[in-house]
Amino acid sequence: MTKAPANQIETKTLNVSFHSNQVLKNIDIKIPAKQLTAIIGPSGCGKTTLLKSFNRLLEIQDDVKITGELIVDGTDIMKPGLDVPDIRKKMGLISQKPYPLPMSIFENVAYGLRIHHDKKAKALEAAVQQSLQEVGLWNEVKHRLHDPASRLSVGQQQRLCLARALAVQPEVILCDEPTSALDPVAAQQVEKLLLKLKKDYTVVLVTHTLRQAKRVADYVIFLYFGRVLEQGPANEVFTNPKSAEMKAYLSGEIS
Amino acid sequence: MIASVLIVIGSLFFIVLVVVLNGASSLSLEIFTQTSEGGFYLGKGGGFLNAIVGSLLLAFPATGIAFLVGIVIALYLQRDFLHPGIAQFIRLCLDILWGIPSIVYGVFCLTIMIAIGMGGGSVFFGIVALTLLEIPIITRSIDESIKMVPLGLKESAYSLGSTKYETSIKVVRKQAMPGIIAGILLGFGRGIGDAASILLTVGDSNYFPTSLFDQTAALPTMILNLASMPDHIVQRKAYAVAFVLLIIVLLISIITRYLTKKSSKYIIK
Repeated sequence: MTKAPANQIETKTLNVSFHSNQVLKNIDIKIPAKQLTAIIGPSGCGKTTLLKSFNRLLEIQDDVKITGELIVDGTDIMKPGLDVPDIRKKMGLISQKPYPLPMSIFENVAYGLRIHHDKKAKALEAAVQQSLQEVGLWNEVKHRLHDPASRLSVGQQQRLCLARALAVQPEVILCDEPTSALDPVAAQQVEKLLLKLKKDYTVVLVTHTLRQAKRVADYVIFLYFGRVLEQGPANEVFTNPKSAEMKAYLSGEIS
Repeated sequence: MIASVLIVIGSLFFIVLVVVLNGASSLSLEIFTQTSEGGFYLGKGGGFLNAIVGSLLLAFPATGIAFLVGIVIALYLQRDFLHPGIAQFIRLCLDILWGIPSIVYGVFCLTIMIAIGMGGGSVFFGIVALTLLEIPIITRSIDESIKMVPLGLKESAYSLGSTKYETSIKVVRKQAMPGIIAGILLGFGRGIGDAASILLTVGDSNYFPTSLFDQTAALPTMILNLASMPDHIVQRKAYAVAFVLLIIVLLISIITRYLTKKSSKYIIK
């Protein structure tokens, strides 16, 4: 049965403002399931804000106002009374600068499993190993699982963060410029991982490098000063841009 | 630059030197092993063991209680739990409490003691006075170190589905641990060295307290009592007591450094 992939995330007139400064304006987007969606646009246009609204992470900051609907798997997650940690658990986040937790490599991956009481001790070890293998880090760290995570290189830390997110079995992986702080080799590793992961997960990638978006994206959302100017399958948007801004962005006139 | 460094190091050495030189003649092993004899303040013999034990019995529980109260308040003051405006107001209150002279805490406790008919001084009210004195110090120090925890680290914890409590206790606390330990030291140092708050609340004694409601001697009040005696030989003993106090603070400081270093192992920079 081949069906067009259902939409994993959908927003309806989503508005976000910080300190009465409106960052996102009437966002209506659809993010298809099990595909890699790239959110592109010039810096400061609200890409990260949009990404962090998906798992209600904006709320931990001061003075944020969010209105509109945000539908994940058919439920409006902005409805009051929902269990926010449960919403967040469904979406792993990889940030620009990797932030391992202040614990050992093993405990970093085990953290999510422990707080959700998902696994018994024996199964925990197996789950940690599996997550680390999934991101290709197992062979590099298997002899020093109990070392502080801060001793890993930045590229390894980024993959550790990915392993940590995968351990809690999310449905969506949100990536905020995950390769921008990495050296080219590490960046390529992470990029390859994302391509592998989109088979099983819905991946949303915020990126400021157009070339990266062109390499990996199936679906593209173009943000320009808080508004969505284009969205659609990658080949359509890249080959046949409709707005003047997108054309200018593609040609490199604005970046 | 050099001048300021010299002033800092110079003052430290000068203070230690004065204390050691003046106290040396009164320093002996027995001051650590014996309690004061009757007429101690008039030149009779005996050691300070009662005051050492008294001071530790006051400062350790007070620091422990102030820490337990302080860390809860400090965690609660963060954006995750409390509206930042209210938190700022509470911080202001704590800063004012921090600035209140310790004698005021002493008088405050004395008022309560008299009101309930226990005006004679006791270990219990000494601990109460020191706890009140230490709470704002420890709370604000911990609060500042928790505020330094990067937002990205909190976001990491939250995005894994942690609740606010899990994030605070399992992640933020670990990251802030060196600052928390430093805050405890700051509180302890202030508590064990403070004379004014216990002057009116603990009384004096040549023996070890056997219950919470016994009077007790303490190092800072002993310094005060000795130094205000007319006899030079007795006055010298005050320096010896001061020296003991210095050593205790130094030891705690060294232990803290060690613990801070140990707890920094996992810190994310």
